Amino acid sequence: MKLHEFQAKEILAEYGVPVPRGRVARTPDEAAEIATELGGKVVVKAQAHTGGRGKGGGVKLANSAEEARHAAGEILGMQLVTHQTGEAGLPVHSVLVEEQIDIARELYLSIAIDNSAGKPILIASAAGGMDIEEVAGKTPEAIHRQLIYPHCGFQPFQGRALAFAIGLDADLLRPAAELMGNVARAFEENDGAIVEINPLVVTGDGRLIAADAKFSTDDSADFRHPRLTELRDTTQEDAREVEAHEAGIENYVKLDGDIGCLVNGAGLAMATLDAIKFEGGNSANFLDIGTANNPEAVVTALKIICEDPDVKTVLVNVFGGLARTDIIAEGVVQAMTSGMLTQPTVVRLAGTNVEEGLKILDDSGLNVIRADGFAEAAQKSVAAAAAASKG
Amino acid sequence: MAVLMNEDSRVLIQGFGGAGQREAATSLAFGTQVVCGVTPGRGGQEINGIPVLNTVREGVEQYHANVALIFVPAPFAADAIIEAADSGIPTAICITEGIPTLDMVKAKAYLQQSATRLIGPNCPGVIAVAEKARAGIMPVEVYMPGNVGVISRSGTLVYESVDQLTRLGIGQSGSLGVGGDPVIGTSQREALELFQNDPNTAAVVLIGEIGGTAEQEAADYIPEMTKPVVAFIAGATAPPGRRMGHAGAIIAGKAGTASAKQQALRDVGATVVESPSLIGATMQQVLQAQGLT
Repeated sequence: MKLHEFQAKEILAEYGVPVPRGRVARTPDEAAEIATELGGKVVVKAQAHTGGRGKGGGVKLANSAEEARHAAGEILGMQLVTHQTGEAGLPVHSVLVEEQIDIARELYLSIAIDNSAGKPILIASAAGGMDIEEVAGKTPEAIHRQLIYPHCGFQPFQGRALAFAIGLDADLLRPAAELMGNVARAFEENDGAIVEINPLVVTGDGRLIAADAKFSTDDSADFRHPRLTELRDTTQEDAREVEAHEAGIENYVKLDGDIGCLVNGAGLAMATLDAIKFEGGNSANFLDIGTANNPEAVVTALKIICEDPDVKTVLVNVFGGLARTDIIAEGVVQAMTSGMLTQPTVVRLAGTNVEEGLKILDDSGLNVIRADGFAEAAQKSVAAAAAASKG
Repeated sequence: MAVLMNEDSRVLIQGFGGAGQREAATSLAFGTQVVCGVTPGRGGQEINGIPVLNTVREGVEQYHANVALIFVPAPFAADAIIEAADSGIPTAICITEGIPTLDMVKAKAYLQQSATRLIGPNCPGVIAVAEKARAGIMPVEVYMPGNVGVISRSGTLVYESVDQLTRLGIGQSGSLGVGGDPVIGTSQREALELFQNDPNTAAVVLIGEIGGTAEQEAADYIPEMTKPVVAFIAGATAPPGRRMGHAGAIIAGKAGTASAKQQALRDVGATVVESPSLIGATMQQVLQAQGLT
């Protein structure tokens, strides 16, 4: 789950990480009020789940409460378009109003999971305020890393090593190591997926401060963080995805094609999108139904798919392992007989209980387009979508 | 023998609930020795003729179990993995999906100082076809004995590629699902090593996915192999920054894209398949070209 910058900073501050003074505002008046509290000179930052907010017009400097009110008025309610959001952009319902800080140096600090090592890794660079992947590509020697050992946790020497590597002065070694230890603790205790502080600023008077912060958490650990799950902002997500999530379908991603896909298993679901593309079509969504234990779960998933106005054709591609193809077939039949699923529907079943599954489709007498094998399933759904869009 | 499993494999099932019982029945019918189930607090019972125990250690001591197959729910699964390793069992296979990554970080750290090899989590398990040894959730009817090994991050893509091979009359030595999570016990590279060292395997299908760099690390090993590798990377059409079902399947940088992985595999001589429906046919061509059929 992604958090907003202000939420990320609140969590980091609880762990003793220095952040700029400031608060979140939801109206221009609130923004002006906060600016007054902070002495007038502030930065007003759009809160949206994307990077590149400055370039998209979502970050403005203000030198008085009035200017802050004006800036907030411009930012609040905008659809923020950045290189990460796509054309539609993301809605902005809140702004973070913060003191302006006197920047002497911009550094980079993050912590994430190193999949290969199977451990959290702290990454630091003197090249702050830039796209870190670009830095890693052009000047890999400017990126410094320390793995965190799970049995002993982050150690101060690791922080000092990183602090030396990014050229901090001797009097900042200890504060930097302490800050890194605190970030590591915030990451571990909240089941972080990534925490990124970019830039980590050295101020003119020699203090370290997290000027920007990004925090994402591990969805698999939501069950032990009830407080974090309350921070979820569904306005930053696709409406259909939120609906799918609320219906208990975790693995639905909206895409821009016209073939709705219901597949079991993440790998097969991704490969189905690939096969459709290979045959010249485009998928309207990714959906991994997982182990559907009852036909109702299949009907719910089909509802999410076929209510999408982009969907011209539905492809059900299930290779049963733990999932049973007879349950899938039952769900398809229910969705069609109830009149809910009206688009041409291609069904490919294989694996567990496939004879029973195919028999259910046959016995229903419904006009299901049967496909034998993966290639045929992709070809038939692309053909059906092409026919449907011709009308 | 194929990799990790053979006629002497004695499977213990941790988390002996509905799914565990159903898969135990399928494995028994296939010819695998499923020797006991473990559900703490249910010790002393017997379900479908299989004794239920309280601890993995009892299974190792009393029933000589040498493979632990784990179905324990995600919040408790890391504990189950560590219990399996603590009992000294040589192979643990974890099917469970959705284990918190930091739980796996701890479990993996424990495993690294134990003698236990972990497969998974979030995987379909391991099967040795001719040896009729199955520890997992794969449908057995799609397999036929032969000399192709299949490695995959995804379960359903194991079934898909095995099915394509079988329909073309190409049998399999076995399959190994490494799992779709970010932190896993056995990497694709290690899985390649296992099949390279398996005398019954002549060629390998490797099915990767977007996200991470595990395919590039597997590619680094391919020059050391004498057996041909046919590879497919799922997710070529997936948008960046989105988690595609598997916790590990998210493009977070250039190395995580399908094209970067395909290139790394091509560079070391693997045959990379563009469409998932051509995995079987491509392996057929490779086997014929190398005289391995």
